[in-house]
Amino acid sequence: MNRRLNLKAWLLMLPALSLLIAFTHWPTLKTFWRSATWAKSDVAPSQFVGLENYGLLIEDPVFWKVIENNFWYALGTVPTSIALAIAMALWVNGKIKHKGLLRLAYFTPTILPMITVANIWLFFYSPDIGLFDQLLRAVGIDGPNWLGDPDTALGSLMAMTIWKEAGFFMIFYLAALQTLSPELYDAAKVEGAGPWRIFRRITFPLLMPTTLFVLINALLNAFKLVDHLFILTKGGPNNASNLLLYYIYETAFSFLDSYYAATLTVVMLVALALIALAQMLLFDRKIHYR
Amino acid sequence: MRTTNKNLAALALSAVLGFTGAVSAATELTMYYPVAVGGALTKIVDGMIEEFEVQNPDIDVTAIYAGNYNDARVKALAALQSGKPAQLSVMFSIDIHELRDLEAIDAFDDLVKTDAEREWLDGFYPALMENGKADGKTWGIPFQRSTIVMYYNKDAFRAAGLDPEKPPTTWEEFAAVGKKLVKKDANGNVEQWGAMIPSTGYPYWMFAALAKQNGEVLMNQAGNETYFDKPGVIAALEYWQDLGKKYAIMPEGVIEWGTLRQNFLEQKTAMMWHSTGNLTTVKNNASFDFGVAKLPGKKELGSPTGGGNFYIFKNSSPQEKAAALKLVQFMTSPKQAAHWSKATGYMGVSPAAYQTEILQDYVKTFPPAAVARDQLTYATAELATHEAGRVRKFLDDALQAALTGQMSAKKAMEDAQAQARRVLRRYQ
Repeated sequence: MNRRLNLKAWLLMLPALSLLIAFTHWPTLKTFWRSATWAKSDVAPSQFVGLENYGLLIEDPVFWKVIENNFWYALGTVPTSIALAIAMALWVNGKIKHKGLLRLAYFTPTILPMITVANIWLFFYSPDIGLFDQLLRAVGIDGPNWLGDPDTALGSLMAMTIWKEAGFFMIFYLAALQTLSPELYDAAKVEGAGPWRIFRRITFPLLMPTTLFVLINALLNAFKLVDHLFILTKGGPNNASNLLLYYIYETAFSFLDSYYAATLTVVMLVALALIALAQMLLFDRKIHYR
Repeated sequence: MRTTNKNLAALALSAVLGFTGAVSAATELTMYYPVAVGGALTKIVDGMIEEFEVQNPDIDVTAIYAGNYNDARVKALAALQSGKPAQLSVMFSIDIHELRDLEAIDAFDDLVKTDAEREWLDGFYPALMENGKADGKTWGIPFQRSTIVMYYNKDAFRAAGLDPEKPPTTWEEFAAVGKKLVKKDANGNVEQWGAMIPSTGYPYWMFAALAKQNGEVLMNQAGNETYFDKPGVIAALEYWQDLGKKYAIMPEGVIEWGTLRQNFLEQKTAMMWHSTGNLTTVKNNASFDFGVAKLPGKKELGSPTGGGNFYIFKNSSPQEKAAALKLVQFMTSPKQAAHWSKATGYMGVSPAAYQTEILQDYVKTFPPAAVARDQLTYATAELATHEAGRVRKFLDDALQAALTGQMSAKKAMEDAQAQARRVLRRYQ
């Protein structure tokens, strides 16, 4: 009886499982294997080289540059877009006129495809003729060459990413805010708590499950989302705005070096897995689930 | 669908004529082509293929439009590796060494048989053949080819008191003329730059022009040696830096390829170096009088060629290869090349193409169309090496590092040369 039930369960899982194995787990294993092999070209037979590809990685200055960039990119975009998302959610959750329109307005950047957005921002950032430089000129400042200067290129990418992501995260916070019980707030008011105290003691702790979810997603996105690089900077100037995933793409499809690309991919997979794991372990205890 | 119809037609024809012998089946060709599906070019290519099929009812051609050069190469190679048929493709001319390393392509010298075919092979502009040759053989036939030219705003020239029919021809003139063209507002902010040379997207391509003008090339014909650290090459980069730093006729830092044309059309720069591929768009959108000129020179004039060549894949039957050769010959015949050039702005690939009535008339009514052709005399090959993607990136990064002031030209180019030497050593 138990056996039959087991079999049935496996049968039910089979479609999903076979898809997962075929398109996720098997390629992942192959990537690990590939990162330990090398061949002169795609027609030559590959040979096992152990950790040699990882040795190349350590000597590769571009690799360290993209890791550093990715670190700043994550640090620069994730907390800011989460803070903005909470602020916007609180604002459009309040008793104001035209709530629907305001929510839509904040959500618009999320609706637009990344490639479209990047093409528009390319002209915003363009020196002299771009929107930002024209605005700066109106107040008498000669604007920088946003994407063409190594000092501002990555920051410009981050600003656009925050603009794009904050609205998306706002939706999750908005949903969470609407599940909070009004009695808690009534009680707090009776006790004479100010708005900041209410936010710090009630709203923010109760939003923690949402924050964890958003945080994981935002961090993963900081590694996964590189569409805009294709349009805006192609990782330049001189790798100033290059990110790990874009470098993987370049290695695989421009340098045609699938072995080194696999090695980079392994680094990325391990990094992402560690981030997700660390977040779950660290935050899980501190979060108040109802 | 087309195949079935044609086979039916062939069947009907043979029935009518009373052939009892075997009708040879149509040879089917699959051609990969580097353009996005639905782009303006697809219609032109489709039209040419249709005409070819009418002339050659026994050959059936399917064109697969596969995105940009990189995508087309990846897709064609993936198709070949998975055993799908692909007999020919237009791909980046500079892919030649890597395609040979993959043993994917055949030399045209081994495919041509008749004297007429050999003559056809010799009929192209030598400058356009440079990127198609290696080891003394021809592996790529020029088709979708371009070069860099200088677009300039004649109205801006007039406003600055310059002769609009005399664009600068030397580096010194270029800097001097550029200086006169810079316009500033009351606060000292630049309203119009003298010139812009793009340094994103394809910086190595623009730089090849500057190097050639200084009498240098960037690599050898075999594609296993680069010359990035030669004094003349470094001097070319220093001149490029100086255009921003010393002469201040160009913004400092990196200049975006994608928005440059808009900068020119909005008169934010009076001159720009750009691909001939922009000619038709600039012609249709410029609100001012503009001219097109050869790039200026230092020791000599010069520009690299660019664009796509026809390749024939090794992994095809002799019959398919013969049919593919026929198609390539048709597409590059003077009449088709002329038609193609006029419709797209790409170059006519042979002197014979420019002698056709179509192009003779076009050049007469629109002289800028001839500038690219005239510049071919001074043209050089585009940067093509083994491991081309990597080597290109070493150079691109070095150029951007120098232009943004992160490194001196000398240091940047020496680094790039050392890196390129490291990856090319295996191919020497």
